[in-house]
Amino acid sequence: MSLPRAPHHGIGEPIISLRDIRKSYQMGDITSHVLQGLSLDIYPGEYVCIMGPSGCGKSTLLNLLGCLDQPTTGDYILGGQNVAHLDDDTLSAERCRKLGFIFQSYNLIQQLSVVENIEVPMYYRGMKDSDMRVIAVRLATQVGLSHRLYHRPTELSGGQQQRVAIARALANDPLVILADEATGNLDSKSGQEILEAFDELNRQGKTLVFVTHDERMVQRCTRVIRLRDGYLDKDEPGAAAERRKTERAERELQTA
Amino acid sequence: MSFLANSPMLRLALSPQHLLRTMSMGTKSIWLHKLRSFLTALGVVFGVASVVAMLAIGEGASHEAQEQIRKLGSQNIILQSVKPSDSAGGTNETRSMVIDYGITARDIMQIKQTVPGISIVVPSRFINDMVWNFDRKEDSQIVGALPIYPEMRHRRLVGGRFFTEMELSERLPVCVLNESLAAKLFPLNTPMGKAVRVRGNYYHVIGIIEDEGRAADSTGSSGPSNATTTQMLIPFSTLMDQYGETFFRFRSGGFEAEKVEYHEAVIRVKELNQVMSRADAVKHVINTNHKKDDWRIIVPIELLRQAERTKEIFSIVLGSIAAISLLVGGIGIMNIMLASVTERTREIGIRRALGAKQSDIVVQFLVETIILSGAGGVMGVLLGLAIPTAISHFAGVTTVIQPWAPTLAFSISVFTGIAFGIYPARRAAMMNPVEALRHE
Repeated sequence: MSLPRAPHHGIGEPIISLRDIRKSYQMGDITSHVLQGLSLDIYPGEYVCIMGPSGCGKSTLLNLLGCLDQPTTGDYILGGQNVAHLDDDTLSAERCRKLGFIFQSYNLIQQLSVVENIEVPMYYRGMKDSDMRVIAVRLATQVGLSHRLYHRPTELSGGQQQRVAIARALANDPLVILADEATGNLDSKSGQEILEAFDELNRQGKTLVFVTHDERMVQRCTRVIRLRDGYLDKDEPGAAAERRKTERAERELQTA
Repeated sequence: MSFLANSPMLRLALSPQHLLRTMSMGTKSIWLHKLRSFLTALGVVFGVASVVAMLAIGEGASHEAQEQIRKLGSQNIILQSVKPSDSAGGTNETRSMVIDYGITARDIMQIKQTVPGISIVVPSRFINDMVWNFDRKEDSQIVGALPIYPEMRHRRLVGGRFFTEMELSERLPVCVLNESLAAKLFPLNTPMGKAVRVRGNYYHVIGIIEDEGRAADSTGSSGPSNATTTQMLIPFSTLMDQYGETFFRFRSGGFEAEKVEYHEAVIRVKELNQVMSRADAVKHVINTNHKKDDWRIIVPIELLRQAERTKEIFSIVLGSIAAISLLVGGIGIMNIMLASVTERTREIGIRRALGAKQSDIVVQFLVETIILSGAGGVMGVLLGLAIPTAISHFAGVTTVIQPWAPTLAFSISVFTGIAFGIYPARRAAMMNPVEALRHE
């Protein structure tokens, strides 16, 4: 099968490589093939939007990319390691170190404060308490929540909660940040703020892979992947691809 | 439980710092539902409290009896003279009869000659009389004893010394007071080296001995062994000199007289396992000599065994009750934890997505259960310590709290937490992260 390779707008070796990924679910007598041979490379610094009609397999793909689920067949190379068929503990460790998650409904832990929520991934990584706190406070400040450090999620607005989630996703300095409809639950103003935050992250070189329906996001990303019925339908540059390229070139010129 | 066997993972999850963190997190989750957590822990509270209280009551019931019996000496057989009940009635009428009863020198001789395996026989005599120190007086029991008496009866000398063979053979007027008598006659200073008076005769105080146990009372007795009996011990020969074989005493208008050769004889059996059979032989010998029911036999080891059997049954009954209440408490905890796992499915999903391993989730929920049951255990121990104290205070029952009892009860509560927490924790850990995240 020939790979429809779009010109990527990242740099260097791919951090995510999917090779002929298939995923099928057994439901009683019926086997439903959700992903049917998907191959895909994602390079550092890309801002990828995965789009498609419902039932096309985007959630399944995101779960696979997030190491929350494993493909029936195929290989998934994440940061140089094939994680397609690892045991649960190793997979947990991979999630912990290499991936950051942002969810539609924020998914903060209700009984923990803002900083404590940000600390959770570092805690599971085995970091020391004092180190965790320093990083958590820095990240909270970075997303503009320095005045809400010890508040509970229920005391925050939706936009603020999603910013806590962003800070949490950054906690272990992951290779990729994955998001599922990150702006889906937000009003347009908070959504705008979050989108700008993502822009900023991408500008700093973070790789973002988002599942979305939000057209505003398409305007800001560097690559759009459209799925249909478990196949890769289209893979094309996003609206910001050229802009990001120019920015990067400018920065390289400055540093040179 | 393969993930529990994976030690490096578990080591990380169980490192002190992480455990502390997990504990503070668990406390927060528990605190989120204060009332529910409290009610859940209540089951364990009552279970643990009942364990502590029942152990204290059980120990108290047997402890005192056992201690006193042990003091009588496990290798001893004690013969006591008992005033026969029919002639006791007669005394009340006439008050002038001489009552002749009890263990005789002939009994002792025969026992020595016919029962094998006996090392020592120590007879003693009791007389009740007034002991004086100037104008202080105390109605006391005067015991005519042999120098070996303290060793035979396992009574410790608190001060001074006991009288010697020489003092016995010289019939010297020396005496040893028991603690109660010493305290009553000499409340301010030591009686050592001073003298006490009985019927115009002075006795030199050479020692103080601890009070006698009360165990003989378990068979019901007339008085020679009451805990607060004041006693003065003098050489057997000196007693014989002073009182002769018949003892007269004026009392409330009349006078009473009794002729008793020995009030008590302690027989020591050489081998511990022969005590019971020798006791039967002794019984047989005395039975042939005495027509009246004017004696009784106390076999401390038999009493001890009975006491131990009683205690065993008691412990089993109490233990089962406590076990049932802890079981009920444990089931309550498991029930709540299962509900909690379902309720927090989403949280589990989030934690798994953020990198928590199955073992992390197990530890998290297990720690929560243990905190819950452990807190219940602490409250239960406190309540359990309060109950016996209250019982002692209001019902006058002796209770003994062994230092290990609260520790044991608390350990059981923690163990209950582990036993009933492992299933919910496992269930939480086994959840599929994708499903868990989708859970509303």
